[in-house]
Amino acid sequence: MKIKKKVPLIDQVNKLGFWGGKFGGNYVPETLKKPIEDLEILFNKLKNDKRFIAERDKYFMNWVGAPTRFIKLENLTNHIGGAQIWSKIVSDANGGAHKIYNATVHCLLAKRSGKKFIIGDTGAGYAGKMLSMAAKKFGLKCKIFMGAKDIARQQPNVKAMKKNGAEVIPVYSGSQTLVDAVSECMRFWVANCDTTAMCVGSTVGPAVFVRICGWSTSQISRELKVQLINEFGSIPKKLKLYNCVGGGSSSFGFWNEFMDFDKKQCEFIGVEAGGPAKSKKHAAPLTYGSKIGILHGAAQYVNQDLDGQIEETESISAGLDYPGISPLHCFLKDTKRARYTAVSDEDALIAYKTVTKFEKLRPSLEPSHAFSVAIKEAKKLSKDTIVVVNSCGDAYKDREIIKQRLGKKYVEPNQSCF
Amino acid sequence: MLNPISLAFKKAKLEKRAALLTYTVAGDSSKKQSLDILNSISKNADILELGIPHNTPVADGSQIQTSAYRAIKNGIKMNDIFKIVKDFKKYNKSKPIILMGYFNMIFQYGEHKFLNKCNSSGVNGLIVVDLPWPENKNFAKKCKKKSIYFIQLLSPTTTKQRLKKIIRDSHPMNYFISMLSTTGGKLKVSPNDILKNYTKIKKIDPKKEIVIGFGITEKTIGRLKSADGLVVGSAICKEISKSLKHRQNPVTNVSKLVKKLKNKIL
Repeated sequence: MKIKKKVPLIDQVNKLGFWGGKFGGNYVPETLKKPIEDLEILFNKLKNDKRFIAERDKYFMNWVGAPTRFIKLENLTNHIGGAQIWSKIVSDANGGAHKIYNATVHCLLAKRSGKKFIIGDTGAGYAGKMLSMAAKKFGLKCKIFMGAKDIARQQPNVKAMKKNGAEVIPVYSGSQTLVDAVSECMRFWVANCDTTAMCVGSTVGPAVFVRICGWSTSQISRELKVQLINEFGSIPKKLKLYNCVGGGSSSFGFWNEFMDFDKKQCEFIGVEAGGPAKSKKHAAPLTYGSKIGILHGAAQYVNQDLDGQIEETESISAGLDYPGISPLHCFLKDTKRARYTAVSDEDALIAYKTVTKFEKLRPSLEPSHAFSVAIKEAKKLSKDTIVVVNSCGDAYKDREIIKQRLGKKYVEPNQSCF
Repeated sequence: MLNPISLAFKKAKLEKRAALLTYTVAGDSSKKQSLDILNSISKNADILELGIPHNTPVADGSQIQTSAYRAIKNGIKMNDIFKIVKDFKKYNKSKPIILMGYFNMIFQYGEHKFLNKCNSSGVNGLIVVDLPWPENKNFAKKCKKKSIYFIQLLSPTTTKQRLKKIIRDSHPMNYFISMLSTTGGKLKVSPNDILKNYTKIKKIDPKKEIVIGFGITEKTIGRLKSADGLVVGSAICKEISKSLKHRQNPVTNVSKLVKKLKNKIL
């Protein structure tokens, strides 16, 4: 299994949609074969169409707000006393997270295919919030499927979706989290694929959805590459890119443009959700060596029992609370291009405390997982090493959880010491 | 020796009627009850589909989901399912059994081991919801070697060109999904329109048996009776749920329902 150079990773699939011959594919009911094929034809045409790319860039620039900031975390760097710690503030994007890129592209595709309705799944509520924003912007009617447990813990995003005119459909089956929301969304699509477009909220699902999402979030690394060259004159000799990994959309987008660099120069570190320190449940299939299986139309490493029933996950972070992982990341793991590790709920909270203590930055609980590892490793790294953490979401949505776990003073804005 | 599935169609044709196929979830609501239901409905059903419960089913509506979650909660495992089939076959050797499920369960068991086990316990056919053509070509070939029918699903969204290719590669029985829906949806297309689509498919290769499923209930089954076979699933799962709720015996109630269904297509 090998990564090809100079070919976008999203296009390194075989005829049946598999990366490395075994990850991804299209394990879907017959009814979805045709709509998926239609979407593939449309996407393959448009991703190379100059006018479509110009249209995408126009919306990314003027509506999403590109580029998002790339800043040095001076105080944190001084406090840690090792590598330079930088952050790409992707939460600057309209709506407050990277999910806006995928949502925008899916709405543009839906418009091109003449669909009037769009549906999507959501865990933390960001994918749903962004899809509801984009749907409103492009005049599409929108339904969002969300686990009942997630609805309870991510209220600010639920309110935002409703305000944007989307219908939020609670999912009560199974663990009532993201995994069930994705299943329910796919079921709705099975029954309504003639009139309705589906947006899968991460780089998961049947191959074309993995590809569309990866293509969309790659905006992050396109911006970062320019910003690194502007800042350092060239791509730094020692660059380390830290990103949390749930489904894997923000991390893939954060790394894509650096794929062809040697990993000694540009290392990718993916941080999964280890769950509560005392619990055996987690959402870290790559770190804990879960077996390959099929979930939501794609072969991937996935938490499951011996029979093949998908296992419940547990994480403080709704956005990472998913038993599977993008086929792209399975491929990156097995080719050893990226390194994966996991962080507990407790350590993510400590990292959140540290970052907010030293910087005017409030990363949501998802990127707090990445900050945790970056901070630990930066201590041992030389000063000429550039550590970049993707701060891909804002903690506003997590205020209730943070208030409960850390106390009220951590949720108020501008609580940093500086 | 002819596969019992083909024999069942032959028998129904001799009686000038559609074959009745039932679907229940293995282990719903318990291993024993699931077997008792199979034994009791086998008098009136021609072919028995037995669902392998899975906890992330992407094509099943709420009735079958409820049955599947109930079975999983009550501890059903793959080997229990084979045991149910084996126990059933002890006394009903010629009654065909089709296992229906999602590919991950087969993948984890191991394709080869799974098919051997199907063979030794008496499974006659397989429906794998999320293993469409052409992805299923290899697996279908392996089934054929074991004299197990791999049943292809056809949908209203399947293009004509694709239909031809699938049917060309298919085994003697195929399954036409009546409408765009998960299992158990309300029939949103008229039975006449469903039959029109069915006839188009049937013409491609008249020798292949085509059954119709999804959304068929006691109310609608009579109007579709000109098909080779008709599958009722969610309505039966619903009957089990209802019986449990009212503390009645699911075995007798499901039996009565299947008898009524049979009478509608005579």
